[in-house]
Amino acid sequence: MEPFSTAAEIADAIAQGRTSAAVVTEAALARIEKQDGVLNAFTTVTAERARAKARAIDAARAAGQPLGPLAGVPFAVKNLFDVAGIPTRAGSKINRDRAPAAADAPLIERLEGAGAVLLGALNMGEYAYDFTGENVHDGPSRNPHDTGRMTGGSSGGSGGAVAGGLVPIALGSDTNGSIRVPSSFCGLVGLKPTYGRLTRARTFPFVASLDHLGPLARSTRDLALAYDAMQGPDAEDPVCTTRAPEPVLPSLGAGIGGLRIAVAGGYFERGAGAEALPALATVAKALGADERIEIPEAARARAAAFVITTSEGGALHLDRLRTRAQDFDPATRDRLISGAMIPGALVVKAQKFRRWYREQVLKLFERYDAILAPATPMTAPKLGQQTMMLEGGEVPLRANIGIYTQPISFIGLPVACVPVPLRPLPMGVQIIAAPWREDIALRIAHYLEVQQVVKAPRPPL
Amino acid sequence: MSEIDDQALDAYIRATAAALGIPLDEAWMPAIRANLAASLKIAGAVAEFELADDAEPAPVFEA
Repeated sequence: MEPFSTAAEIADAIAQGRTSAAVVTEAALARIEKQDGVLNAFTTVTAERARAKARAIDAARAAGQPLGPLAGVPFAVKNLFDVAGIPTRAGSKINRDRAPAAADAPLIERLEGAGAVLLGALNMGEYAYDFTGENVHDGPSRNPHDTGRMTGGSSGGSGGAVAGGLVPIALGSDTNGSIRVPSSFCGLVGLKPTYGRLTRARTFPFVASLDHLGPLARSTRDLALAYDAMQGPDAEDPVCTTRAPEPVLPSLGAGIGGLRIAVAGGYFERGAGAEALPALATVAKALGADERIEIPEAARARAAAFVITTSEGGALHLDRLRTRAQDFDPATRDRLISGAMIPGALVVKAQKFRRWYREQVLKLFERYDAILAPATPMTAPKLGQQTMMLEGGEVPLRANIGIYTQPISFIGLPVACVPVPLRPLPMGVQIIAAPWREDIALRIAHYLEVQQVVKAPRPPL
Repeated sequence: MSEIDDQALDAYIRATAAALGIPLDEAWMPAIRANLAASLKIAGAVAEFELADDAEPAPVFEA
């Protein structure tokens, strides 16, 4: 297998006996050894565990036992997932002092149940309050397409590891954009499922009202394979849906016939850099989507998401702010302290607005099956970059990275983020569907991939 | 919502930090003040939106 083989190709090759899980795992570990010094995607490599799992997969195959759909496929997880035996770091220095996790997070258990092989834990922005993938304690994740540039965050290592061909599948989290931003900057397909679709049990949280977990990959089929393996109720997570799994793989190749697809205008056209709207237009044209619609009060939705985020984030970390404030990234600390100080009445109002906004947006989904929007205003910025150029002049960069993602995750809509392979850097587009309709978002994404309109570009490594 | 001046914001920050038990390093004050001022300005967009008294919050509790 070559480094950029997909999960589907790897699983097939192993099932057919053309290679073994042990060989695939060793090759991935060797690539990590060789390239992660630069990419800095991994914070822990679980080599012995991976080798043991790979041996078990190969033994199962030799014994004629049935193999799962991801048998032998390497994957890695953002370091806010519990991995047995490792303190759950969540991108922080403080969490390194936690007791090692007693057990894997259920999403890891489910991927391993499908035969996948965990290679390790991935770098992230501190406590997920980040859109850059930079980290003061663990160093920045570097973008494989240009290692002087950000991966985006907060699932920075997830983006870097997959885009860099270290693993075909990674798990990340997304509260206001943390799967979709690295997907856009690193040129990947990413899925932020419906809020409550995937169990959040045994992961370190950020904002209970808004946290989602999901996969990043280089192909829509891989995304679907991972997502389907992870679905299902979980009594351990009160937010996790009790809906039975709704596999998306069977309808992945159904095409776009009969689907009504619109383009989000207004707010989603403002503040765009040079690449965002052309990438969106390319996708819209390929889908024959020529109707422009307005998502009402999207700017206010972003504001409300911000209020809820900063308040719940501050509340979560209150004890740590009291006792170990000096051990935070100063930038995170100051935002969390100020977040803890937001007057409660404003947070209550934000949650009430959220119900209103949800009702308005769901009306749009009576007329349309999917809505397109840019993923990020800009392609991957340089590491350390603080501002960007727009038509009106120079604007702060970091505050604006999530402007297109936030109003969507605010009400938990499922989003497939797809990479338009612009040069020199890729640009993501959001395919937004109604709640519980990940099948539609992924079906559209797959169509675009087959048409070669979207593609995870290879990095110059 | 009207803007608060720096002095009032600092007093608010100090009082709230005391109420929450967060030890404040004076060196952090400019950044906390800037973050809070920006957050309150953003929150203004939420505060000014008119909703009926019986508007329900998004999260629903089940006994």
